[in-house]
Amino acid sequence: MDAGTTTGYERFFGSRQAALFAVLGVFLVYPFLVDNYYIDIAFYFGIYALLGLSLNIVLGEVGLFDLGHAGFYAIGAYTTAILNTKLGIPILVLLPVSAIAAALFAYLVCSPIIHLRGDYLCIVTIGMGEIVRLALINNPFDLTGGPNGVYGIDFPSFGGPFVIDSSIEYYFLIWIIVAITILGLTRLQYSRIGRAWNFIREDEVAAGASGIDVRYYKLLAFVLGAALAGVAGNIYASKLMAVSPESFSFWESCMLFCIVLIGGMGSIPGILIGAAFISLFPEIFRPFAMYRMLIFGLVMILMMMFRPGGVWPRKRGTAEFSSLLSRMRKKNA
Amino acid sequence: MPETKRRNAQNNVVMETRKLTKIFGGLTAVNEFDFRTHQGEIFSLIGPNGAGKTTVFNVVTGIYRPEEGQVIFSGEDITGRKPHQIVATGIARTFQNIRLFQNMTCLENIMAGQHCRGKKGLWSSVFSTAGQRKEERHIREVAESRLRQVGLERFRDDLAKNIPYGSQRMLEIARALATEPKLLVLDEPSSGLNAGETEVLMGFLRQLIEEEQLTILLIEHDMNVVMGISDWVAVMDEGRKIAEGLPEDIYNNPRVIEAYLGSDDDTVSEES
Repeated sequence: MDAGTTTGYERFFGSRQAALFAVLGVFLVYPFLVDNYYIDIAFYFGIYALLGLSLNIVLGEVGLFDLGHAGFYAIGAYTTAILNTKLGIPILVLLPVSAIAAALFAYLVCSPIIHLRGDYLCIVTIGMGEIVRLALINNPFDLTGGPNGVYGIDFPSFGGPFVIDSSIEYYFLIWIIVAITILGLTRLQYSRIGRAWNFIREDEVAAGASGIDVRYYKLLAFVLGAALAGVAGNIYASKLMAVSPESFSFWESCMLFCIVLIGGMGSIPGILIGAAFISLFPEIFRPFAMYRMLIFGLVMILMMMFRPGGVWPRKRGTAEFSSLLSRMRKKNA
Repeated sequence: MPETKRRNAQNNVVMETRKLTKIFGGLTAVNEFDFRTHQGEIFSLIGPNGAGKTTVFNVVTGIYRPEEGQVIFSGEDITGRKPHQIVATGIARTFQNIRLFQNMTCLENIMAGQHCRGKKGLWSSVFSTAGQRKEERHIREVAESRLRQVGLERFRDDLAKNIPYGSQRMLEIARALATEPKLLVLDEPSSGLNAGETEVLMGFLRQLIEEEQLTILLIEHDMNVVMGISDWVAVMDEGRKIAEGLPEDIYNNPRVIEAYLGSDDDTVSEES
């Protein structure tokens, strides 16, 4: 709109561009400075960032309590694992396939329960996540390998010698996907879809009375969130070369929930901080392994008491995303 | 009175209900309720507390589904449609207890109204296509102009929960107007406003009727507002319509007085 006024977000991006580029620089240089162990930690940080972003659509943007998100993650991972080991379909081809499989699953499962509110929905999603996990353990049609899972999954290959098989390559694979996801989700936040999600979170009845198709946008959030979790599952499966049901437990769903709560609902930078916390915390507190969960619980309680909006809550402004980008470009030119 | 001239039998009927009935458990909240609003008028629905006025509003705006009867809007049967579909046909509403999107800015709140007039979906938003950016600009421009119309430019980027109560009322009306309605349904717009703010509101509604192709359906308790701006008044009591007519006729109607004050001598205090 009018070029004279700047909103909070424009100022934010304008003044902190340097910080943004510094963070990018650190991400690029980091894997060349440390050994594989630390690169792997950063890889899992990326996986959790992607999962956190995917749950953030459902929990953060729309405010739907989803405590079964690991179920979608599992569907993505097992789709990749089964189709790759049984049929030999390349991992990179399975990336979109896993996303679609998880999205389809979300659509089918969530359609009948989407009208439930708050804690009722929460309980049903817990059930959904557990059903997925138990189904995988029961080895239906001899596909999932029961408690042992599926192993012998390929590396992603671009054909010929271009195979992603080292820690550093996985690091870049996951973070490029996270970066693309962040770009897409930021654009959504500044679109009528992102706003519709937020309207529903703020007041469902008022959203309906203002012309928003509440059911459609809730389902869209679940489907999109599941698709991204499916992508994370695909990469996770090929990185580990094996999947097993215990990776997709209720505990995993809780961790993802914590990422969104710690970071700040609907805040993308917040999600990255939350994901960092969840993935780095066990490493930092490795010496006190016994007290790890105690400290973790304490941190969560203190968070809810003193910073209920998260570490980095989303600041609202109505800057258009495109104008925000063009402003950044102009400054750089 | 110039206002009453707006009610003219030749004007088109905008909304009509036929034997509308809504039952909650054993309670018949609305009982075979009929009314008609004509193009360009302000139609007031009054009645004592619990008469079923808000229920009528919730039925015509799709929040409740009626047990029986029909809602006809612009000649189309819209009974049982969902709220967002009803908004798309051209009915917008506000709520008795203001329902804004509290943690979003005033401008974003108004942009909600424009949602139903937009078409761009997931992919054009993710790829930020030229068409999507154009639509976003349009949504923003409409919202900005509605914000100016209700005089809240200064609160543009403030969160809705942080602005004064009276301004919240106006913001909610602006959000409803941003849906480009043919019929504006206002549930007690003056409740909680002081005398000065109520005056401003009445002036605003009068101006709105003059300037836009609108019809206003109003629930109101403040008799000054009802008598001051209505073209036609219908009175409800215990789910039924007990009277309708010109404001001055309603004011003197013994049945209405009875419904409000009771037939015996125990008087209920009422300002008028």
